[in-house]
Amino acid sequence: MTVRGRVAVDAPALRIDDLLGDRSIRIIVCTGAGGVGKTTTAAAIALRAAEQGRKVCVLTIDPARRLAQAMGLTTLDNTPRAVEGIDGSGTLHAMMLDMKRTFDEVVEAHSDPDRAQAILDNPFYQSLSSSFAGTQEYMAMEKLGQLRTEADRDGTWDLIVVDTPPARNALDFLDAPARLGSFLDGRFIRILTAPARGAGRGIGKIAVMGFGLFTGVLSKILGAQVLSDIGTFVAAIDTTFGGFRERADATYALLQDPGTSFVVVATPERDALREASYFVERLKADSMPLAGLVLNRVQLVTLGDMSEEEAIASADRLEDGDDTDQLTATLLRLHAQRQQIAGRQHHLAERFTAAHAGVPVTTVPALAEDVHDLEGLREVGHLLADA
Amino acid sequence: MALHVVSGKGGAGKTTVAAALALALAHDGKRTLLMEVEGRQGIAQLFDTPPLPYTERKVAVSPGGGEVWALPVDPHEALLDYLEIFYNLRRAGSVLKKIGAIDFATTIAPGLRDVLLTGKACELVRRIEKNAPDAYQAIVLDAPPTGRIAKFLNVNSEVSGLAKVGPIHKHAQLVMSVIASPRTAVHLVTLLEEMPVQETIDGVAELRADGLPVGGIFVNMTRPSMLSAHQLVQARAGTLPLDDIAAAAAGAGVRLDPALVAAALGQEAEDHAARVDLETRERLRIDELDLPTFTLPMIPDGIDLGALYELALKLRSEGVR
Repeated sequence: MTVRGRVAVDAPALRIDDLLGDRSIRIIVCTGAGGVGKTTTAAAIALRAAEQGRKVCVLTIDPARRLAQAMGLTTLDNTPRAVEGIDGSGTLHAMMLDMKRTFDEVVEAHSDPDRAQAILDNPFYQSLSSSFAGTQEYMAMEKLGQLRTEADRDGTWDLIVVDTPPARNALDFLDAPARLGSFLDGRFIRILTAPARGAGRGIGKIAVMGFGLFTGVLSKILGAQVLSDIGTFVAAIDTTFGGFRERADATYALLQDPGTSFVVVATPERDALREASYFVERLKADSMPLAGLVLNRVQLVTLGDMSEEEAIASADRLEDGDDTDQLTATLLRLHAQRQQIAGRQHHLAERFTAAHAGVPVTTVPALAEDVHDLEGLREVGHLLADA
Repeated sequence: MALHVVSGKGGAGKTTVAAALALALAHDGKRTLLMEVEGRQGIAQLFDTPPLPYTERKVAVSPGGGEVWALPVDPHEALLDYLEIFYNLRRAGSVLKKIGAIDFATTIAPGLRDVLLTGKACELVRRIEKNAPDAYQAIVLDAPPTGRIAKFLNVNSEVSGLAKVGPIHKHAQLVMSVIASPRTAVHLVTLLEEMPVQETIDGVAELRADGLPVGGIFVNMTRPSMLSAHQLVQARAGTLPLDDIAAAAAGAGVRLDPALVAAALGQEAEDHAARVDLETRERLRIDELDLPTFTLPMIPDGIDLGALYELALKLRSEGVR
């Protein structure tokens, strides 16, 4: 009889415990489409690692309230807090990202106090640092870099597990730092700020078409006030430009380090697996180390050896019988429906493994309840490891 | 209702529900437009067509001769549209692109991207009001997920930090005059599970706080009980008559050991009962919102064009017009 909840995919097993036992792995990044259970997976992996003796910090982006409570996270204060109730010799810290606070800290770390204040007060900076698109991804990576530096310096942690933001698409967090970096360092900003820095510098060909016309167009679209805010902002962070860019590059390099490992999370649904596919391809293209795929919320089937067709045929034979026959028929139909769902999920999983031969996979069955406490996280960790 | 904004937790089936809604609204010879804004080409995949360009294009006909058209809105193109419509400046686009201004406007500039995307939806709504020949009877917007929806729609507050006065600010106000009006309804798609329901409840509160018009709740992928109330009690308690079930299964000619079959069916019934309990509990929380609620079943075989028609009919039967 098939083990409950196992989708027998034709792929090597993703052995989470081997990953956690490998001391050279110091960062695990959980990623995938929205709503697939990334945060829970990250928390479960972190708890399991801690209970196997590692000193772990888990960085979550936007955990569901009860999951946050399960880890004792009640405030969003951008500081790792010790999680109580860990069995064994390891430790677990957990934190929720405060993107604005993180951004402010970067500014403060790279400017003298007066200049920092000028930046923090700038309207453009304020909307940039609290806007959702891009900043959250950038700051998640920034925070990861900070935690890693702290870990190296103080030996506080030997493993950082990070959950990625619920982006428009899961790849955004890889691109956001570079995008923001190239904006801050790019041609557009040099043009915008040309008046402030002395006309002519950096304008190049645009000067030929008429700088006045150009800024005229931009003023029309954005309004003169916006242009002026951006100009002041850029002039203020001019000296820290290099800092921003270097940090973005350093974080990117960190993600390519052999000590980093990506865990891609998906549910056995078309969209989630498509996103997982993109991600696997992208990691390969960018030489980022992939541990494997967690296939989450897989339909449980207890009676795996009885096919959908057989269950329906048997149910049909019992349909006109007595109460027990009818109850049995209903149970057989229920089983047929589960097999149908499991069959579809299996088919989708096979398509993924065929396209990405050699990518290790582990499955986690759909649980009736959400995770509310450490015990629930332990259970998920156990299911993850039981490839 | 002119503009239906469909949001929901990731994985709850937002795009599927938006498509089924567009089909249901296109019944009886109407013409509806299904818009997507997240660049995922979800509509093309759902309707099984090659990736769609940034043009309005017919993707399906509905029973009764109605039509569903689709438009994947790309922020770059929407910006060029905007330049064209408001300033007759489309030709400036290539220069702006070269220096990175288009990228800036659509990816970095806080909120601008959202103004452009919602602005496109509003332009389509205004076509209806102008009785334009190319107007649709309804626009269905497959919007960002619940966690971001209020921010996405509330473009006024989003751009206020960026532009307190000026053209973008004016444009944002125009957009808000459509979105925060009775012409618009923001629907949330949920599953009957704890986290999606909590997110839905929080989402409704957030939308209301921002003065955005909440429409209905679309409860997706439900698995109605196949067992009677009494049988569910037995399944939960593990007191189903397994010996009798084994005998019945043997009588029906199952190949496997009947006792094993009965035990496994009992286990599956217990899982089913737990699921039904969860759905019942979460349904009560949805009911407390006191909003129009539409229920769609789980389609065990997955979503294809046929399933979309089935879901659209279900929506019609629940009163979607």
